[in-house]
Order: sequence, then structure tokens, then C-alpha cells
Amino acid sequence: MATTLPVPSPGAAPDLAPAGRREERPPLRPVRRERPSYTTTVILLLGAAYCLLPVVWVLVASSKSAGELFSTFTFAPSSHLIDNIRTLSAYRDGLYWRWMANTALYAGVGGLLSVIVSAAAGYGLAMYSFVGKKAIFNTLLAGVLVPGVVLAIPQYLLLAKVGLTNTYWSVLLPSIISPYGIYLARIYAAASVPTDVVEAARTDGARELTIFRAIATPMMMPGLVTVFLFQFVAIWNNFMLPYIMLGSDQLFPITVGLSGLLNQGASVPAMYTSVLTGALLSILPLIALFLTLQRYWQVDLAAGAVKS
Amino acid sequence: MTALGRTTPALVRAGGRRRTLAPYLFLTPAITLFVAFLALPIGYSLYLSLRTVKVSGLGLGKGDRTEVWAGLENYVRSLSDPEFAASVGRVALYGLLLVPTMIALALLFALMLDSRRTRARTVSRVSIFLPYAVPAVISSLLWGFLYLPGVSPFYYLFHALGWQVPTILSSRLVMFAVANIALWGGVGFNMIVIYTALKAIPSELYEAARIDGCTEVAVAWRIKVPIVLPSLIMTSVFSMIATLQVFAEPMTLRPLTNTISSTWTPLMKVYRDAFTRNDIYSAAATSVVIAAATFVLSFGFLRLVQNRAFSQEK
Repeated sequence: MATTLPVPSPGAAPDLAPAGRREERPPLRPVRRERPSYTTTVILLLGAAYCLLPVVWVLVASSKSAGELFSTFTFAPSSHLIDNIRTLSAYRDGLYWRWMANTALYAGVGGLLSVIVSAAAGYGLAMYSFVGKKAIFNTLLAGVLVPGVVLAIPQYLLLAKVGLTNTYWSVLLPSIISPYGIYLARIYAAASVPTDVVEAARTDGARELTIFRAIATPMMMPGLVTVFLFQFVAIWNNFMLPYIMLGSDQLFPITVGLSGLLNQGASVPAMYTSVLTGALLSILPLIALFLTLQRYWQVDLAAGAVKS
Repeated sequence: MTALGRTTPALVRAGGRRRTLAPYLFLTPAITLFVAFLALPIGYSLYLSLRTVKVSGLGLGKGDRTEVWAGLENYVRSLSDPEFAASVGRVALYGLLLVPTMIALALLFALMLDSRRTRARTVSRVSIFLPYAVPAVISSLLWGFLYLPGVSPFYYLFHALGWQVPTILSSRLVMFAVANIALWGGVGFNMIVIYTALKAIPSELYEAARIDGCTEVAVAWRIKVPIVLPSLIMTSVFSMIATLQVFAEPMTLRPLTNTISSTWTPLMKVYRDAFTRNDIYSAAATSVVIAAATFVLSFGFLRLVQNRAFSQEK
């Protein structure tokens, strides 16, 4: 890979599956089973333990009652998980679940729109040569480097002028444009859509939009799933944009909502168990998404292409 | 393939014209959104950073507050503000702590994952990558609790061993507390990026060295690390950009400690100026300074990308 921005090739990148590509290749000569290295195994497992620690802890902590949280041993589980979920769900008529639904809406719809825009732009940049191509691409790419958070305040002031702040739109619209997504889509389009296939379709009289929609998009699909996942996670994790844009807690995503709950916990410590239960429930969908979609991350790019 | 028409000269000509317009149409949504949500806000920030409000009389009447040009006054005020200097110093130290540690650990883990002699690789890889799925706000919240003396297993451990316990959220150590959260959230992603680069190295390249009796460590240092150097540079630059923008972690930790001021990082100061003090002009100037610093830090890197990334499109 000669690329310098992280380009998760869907064939390898966040490839969580057990067998890597190299291992699947037949060995050049009979490989003797190598002696396992305990040093590297133990160091990696320590790293894994460090990364799992807070997740395991929140699983245990959300099973504790408010009184037990600060009194019993940190990793001693209790039996109040269901009670805690019930308390959390009852909080202001299920506001928590509204935050979850909002987050799913922002990340799902925003991610989907973002993929469509990025795919079209990336395809346009990869498959055509036209006046201003280099300038357009460089300008878009420079957007990767603009700190998104620096944009949030002027975006707020501009959206306030058209009366869109404190609406779903104020979080959705700025999330659609993703310079990084366009960058990835261009690379995936160049790598997965063969020029002769496009030429053949043109000779057959297919329209440019039809070629993109019916021929190129399926070929780019594995890469587009990756773009979607990246954008989905980015929107799901975003804090500053909704924090600035939204005033009504009915519109909050989970990050802003939980941050507000934690602030309240400073004066009402009983709130802490709800905060922790909420934190646990909010990371489960994303973890599930990562584990179930991992086979998507390793679909080979070549699988979509036409072999001539 | 759908809708295959018959090829006539007329159609080919029409197709040619369509083809010259097509790329612009494909790019229209992206460019429109780019202008509306990136270019315009940046321009607006620049404009605001050069403006200020002039108050005449008591400042209470309707026409008493007027916006006027301020020249570079906001920049002078922003750059000479001791709070800004302190926040920049803090972020610089934070970056020096975090970025090398994170990249070194990510490289170490990636190399170990790449070694065939390591066992339990899948478990480790999935576990170390897992924090990427946890939003910064949630991870700060979880670590924030783990830092509290009443909850922390570290305090428990230290007590059991009879050691002196340092207060993690004290003003001296809070920097490490925040850096640890960012490390936890970022090491797995960087590991995967480096690991991907490692997997792309043809094994023939170091099979020979192995047969000649090179140790795994020598193979890693002499062959693998130089080859994945571009990935290391890239992950470092991206981590640096993220460092300049640190906001969610300290904001979330604030309710748990009084050692994080409202201007602890440059962006927190921007936020405070804009929304607590209603001084959007000074906030705009400060954010322009932060954006400029980001550009300076990553400009050389951008040039590198353009030359390398698109060699496959011929």
C-alpha cells in the first residue's frame, strides 16, 4: 500500500477475522510448526486486558445499586441490572431511549446520505478526466485536514441565520459531507471499476447515470460499506457538533444526553448508576455492529469486478 | 447490465457531450455541501475574526451596539491571552505524551500480531480494536469513574500492596488521565492501520532473512518497520490533528474533578468565549489560529498523499 491516508481496503483493513490473507497462501515449502512465543502472546494479552478493562467494569458496575457502587469491591457483580435499566427507562418518560433513537437516526441517515454523496463524487473523480479535476480534488482533500470542531461554531451561527439550529437538520446536514469518504470512494472506484466495463456499457448506449447506478455501484459496494461504517461511527461518536447545535434534550444524541446526565450526577449521586447503565446499553449496539459486520470488512475487492 | 440501446453515430456523439458534463453532475452534491458546510463557515470565521462590536453610550439602546471592522485586534488579544498560551502549552505537552506512546504501542502490537509465533491473535486483535467502537464521551465517562478513589481497582490494588496512592485526577496528573483515555480509544485503530500495511508485505521479502538466521526482532526492525514507515507517518499526523482538537474527553471529565478549567484546551477556550462570554469575534480569531496551526502541521503530509495515492489510476 503506497497510500498515505488510511485506506481500509475492504480486503484487509479492520479485518477482525481469524485468518489473514498471507496465511491462506500455500506455503512455498513445508513450514515447520514454529515454537509459540510466550513473550509476544503475553504482551498482546496484556494490551487486550487493558482495552477490555473499562468495558468489563461497566458491565459489572451497571449491575450494582446506587449504594453498592462506591462501597463494594469494584469488580464484584451484583443483581440490580434489570432494576437499573427500569430506572433508566423511566427517567423522564423514556428520554434515554429517545436519545438512542436520535443517535441511530443521525448516524444511520447521515451515514447513508454521506455514502451516496461520496460514492458519486469519488466515481466522478476516478472515472473521468475533466477541466478542474485536480483543483476540485485538492480542495476537497484539504477538507480532511480542517478540524471539524473548528467549523462547528461558524456552522452554528450560519444555521442560526436560516433558523435551522436546534433541529434534526442542524446535526444531519453538516454530517453528510465527508472529505475522507470522498477520498476513499475515489480509491475504491479506481480499484474496483474496470474502465473497459464502463466503455463497453457506453458503446452499448447506456447512460452515464445508469452505468454508475447499475454497474459501478455494485462493484464498489464492499468499499462503500466501509465508507458507511466509518461515517456511521464518526457521527455516532460526535459530541461537539450536537452539543453546540441542540438546545432541546428531546433532540440529543446519546453522547450529549449522557454527558448532561453525568453533570446532574454531580449533585444527585444516585444518578450515577443510571449514567453507567446508559453507557453500557449505548456501546452494545456499536460493538454488535463491529462484530457482525466484520465479514463485510474482508470481502475482496476483486470479487466485484468482471474478469475479462 | 441494463438498457442496452443500439449504437448509432448520433448516440455516440450525444454520449460524448453527456460525458463531458457527467463528472460535474456527479460532483455537484459534494461540492454544494462542501461550500455550504466547509468553505462558507471558514470564510465566515475569517470575516468574524476581523470584526468587533462597538458600544456607544450605555450600550442599552437599539442602535448603541454596532459591528465594525477590528483589524487584527482579535488576533492580538487571542494570541496574547495568557489563558490561550497556557492551553496551547498543555495541548503541546499532551501531544508529546500521547502521540509517541500511542504510535509506539500500536506498532508493537501490530508487529506482534504479525508474528506467526504469537498465540491468541484473534482475541487480542478484536479486544484491542474494540475501544474504537466506544465514543470519546462514553470512554471518558468510564475512565472517569475508574479514576475515582471509591471505585478504582488501581486504588484497591495499591492499598492491598500497602503503597502510597497518587491522586490520578490531581492537577499534576490529570494530563496523564486525559492522555490515557485518548490512548485507550486510539491505539487499536492505529494498530489495525499498521497491521494492514504489514500484511501487505510479501513474505518472500523476509523469508530469506529468516532462513539466514535473523531473529524475529531483527526482521521486524530491519525489514518490516522501514517498509511500513509511510503508515507510521500517516498515523502520527492524524493523531496530531486529533490532539489539537481534544475537547470531548476533558469536557466529560470536568464534573468529576475541579482540576480541569474551562479553558483547559484551546477548543474549550473557543467554546467558552463563544457561548459563555458571547464573544464570537475573539472565538473566531482563536479558531482561525487553531485551523492555521493544523494546516501548517499537516501541509507537507498532504503533498506526500497526492503523489503516492493515485498511481493506480492510469
